[in-house]
Amino acid sequence: MAEIKNYTMNFGPQHPAAHGVLRLVLELDGEVIERADPHIGLLHRATEKLAETRTFLQSVPYMDRLDYVSMMCNEHAYVMAIEKLTGVAPPIRAQYIRVMFDEITRTLNHLLWLGAHGLDIGAMTVFLYCFREREDLMDCYEAVSGARMHAAYYRPGGVYRDLPGRMPQYDPSPLRSESDLKRLNAHRQGSLLDFIEAFTERFPGCVDEYETLLTDNRIWKQRTVGIGVVSPERALQLGFSGPMLRGSGIEWDLRKKQPYEVYDQLDFDIPVGTNGDCYDRYLVRIEEMRQSNRIIRQCVDWLRKHPGPVISDSHKVAAPHRVDMKMNMEELIHHFKLFTEGMHVPAGEAYAAVEHPKGEFGIYLVSDGANKPYRLKIRAPGFPHLAAIDEMSRGHMIADVVAIIGTQDIVFGEIDR
Amino acid sequence: MSLPPDQLQSRVQAALGDAVADVEFACDELTVTVAPARLIEAMTRLRDETGLRFAQLIDLCGVDWSGYGDGARDGARYSAVYHLLSLEHNARLRVRAFAADDDFPVLPSVTGVWAGANWYEREAFDLFGIVFEGHPDLRRILTDYGFVGHPFRKDFPVSGYVEMRYDPDQRRVIYQPVSIEPREVVPRVIREDNYADSEGFRKG
Repeated sequence: MAEIKNYTMNFGPQHPAAHGVLRLVLELDGEVIERADPHIGLLHRATEKLAETRTFLQSVPYMDRLDYVSMMCNEHAYVMAIEKLTGVAPPIRAQYIRVMFDEITRTLNHLLWLGAHGLDIGAMTVFLYCFREREDLMDCYEAVSGARMHAAYYRPGGVYRDLPGRMPQYDPSPLRSESDLKRLNAHRQGSLLDFIEAFTERFPGCVDEYETLLTDNRIWKQRTVGIGVVSPERALQLGFSGPMLRGSGIEWDLRKKQPYEVYDQLDFDIPVGTNGDCYDRYLVRIEEMRQSNRIIRQCVDWLRKHPGPVISDSHKVAAPHRVDMKMNMEELIHHFKLFTEGMHVPAGEAYAAVEHPKGEFGIYLVSDGANKPYRLKIRAPGFPHLAAIDEMSRGHMIADVVAIIGTQDIVFGEIDR
Repeated sequence: MSLPPDQLQSRVQAALGDAVADVEFACDELTVTVAPARLIEAMTRLRDETGLRFAQLIDLCGVDWSGYGDGARDGARYSAVYHLLSLEHNARLRVRAFAADDDFPVLPSVTGVWAGANWYEREAFDLFGIVFEGHPDLRRILTDYGFVGHPFRKDFPVSGYVEMRYDPDQRRVIYQPVSIEPREVVPRVIREDNYADSEGFRKG
């Protein structure tokens, strides 16, 4: 009989299915995984250390770059931590805007996840479909903040500015026919809210399309059903959160259980899986997109009816209005102090968590009263998920590791920080 | 709904007894400081006691307190901070444990209580040099292979000590001492206590 030896195989860091810079050292028995040892840190930028050397406001754009597919949710946890320590409450309209953009972000994240996950395990088409919708949502980001990805839109005390009254349109170009231009601008005739509302009307149909491609697809089920099963007890032990926890059948969502902003005013449901495998987590995320759509619609309705301020008038944390700054000495001083020295956050410590698309994203902020954080710890949801990859992939085939990486929704910006 | 903080506090104190060195309540968050010698026992109780059931370790991080308040603070330099979550009672708790020795900080590992602590403790070891006794596999996790030092300590410069570049003569990547000067655009400043008291700021 031939001697059988275990293989040790290196996977990544430059591998299209590694979702960034994951290096996995796999110990294989034939094609079966015996042990998976992830090597992370290839994208480590020491965001937490950098934040210690910058003022509170200067760190907001760093948050975008953590999980770079759900930018605004990262900012949200950070500004909530500052608001908790300073005691400044954002105006109600800002809270609705934040919730609306959190849900837009959730949809953006899940669309990218669905496309990439599909691509990894052999469903090319869904990737193209997902990016069609992502484009519209990116335009929402751009309209409200000027940036398509790294928005820096949430500020301590509210949001940077109110929603624009006019949605930017495509310009005529020799590269575009008149009929194309008309089609592209069809929903862009009114305000941003009109554009978002039109999106929410067609989006459930789009989700139906993705489901037609995948939910009953035999190959999709063969690749996901029974793969990476996590029992609810293990999910708790391993520190799972978000869809990874709900996929295992635990009904836990911070938006319901520890509601922040105006989530307690809104009507939505929490999908829960039963088997804790990749297929259940897929179903949970698909349903979350539908529920996000519901939340966005409710926010659009409310925002139409209730104009008002979008940032706190406490000038110790929020910049005064531009006109006031030009007209009044007091406001000028506030403006100057805020942008040279920065805000002072009272000494103390706070932990603020949001239900990020990937799970619980938390910011633990320690301040000693200075204009810079003393210590900032980012609790990234992907970190404990990736830590569990050894346990999840043991006994599976190599190809299933790719499905497990996909289902964990790994983004290295937040894991490596 | 969630457990009221006073009830949580009394339950935690009843469960931990004299293992609790200090209790703090601020910003609607309860913090208990536990002596490192009794950490495992306290954590196990927090997880298993029926009135608490902190089934999840949400976060674990190291903190270097040496520069706090520009040196206004006495006591041990390193601590680990644990954030616990009880799904059953919908409560959060922060537990702090200070490592007794500043030169060689050691804390017991909680990997036996929550399996999810594994990577968090590796991270705290990597960044702060806190050694977790009883950890099954305490390797560096975030920094480069062969990295020297613990970069999140307050005495470690932001720019680091070495930089990496490709050397065309040797035709390989080499490490050399950093060539950039650390630069501080906005100086760190702590104002007097009542500096930010006006306009809706939380007092104290």
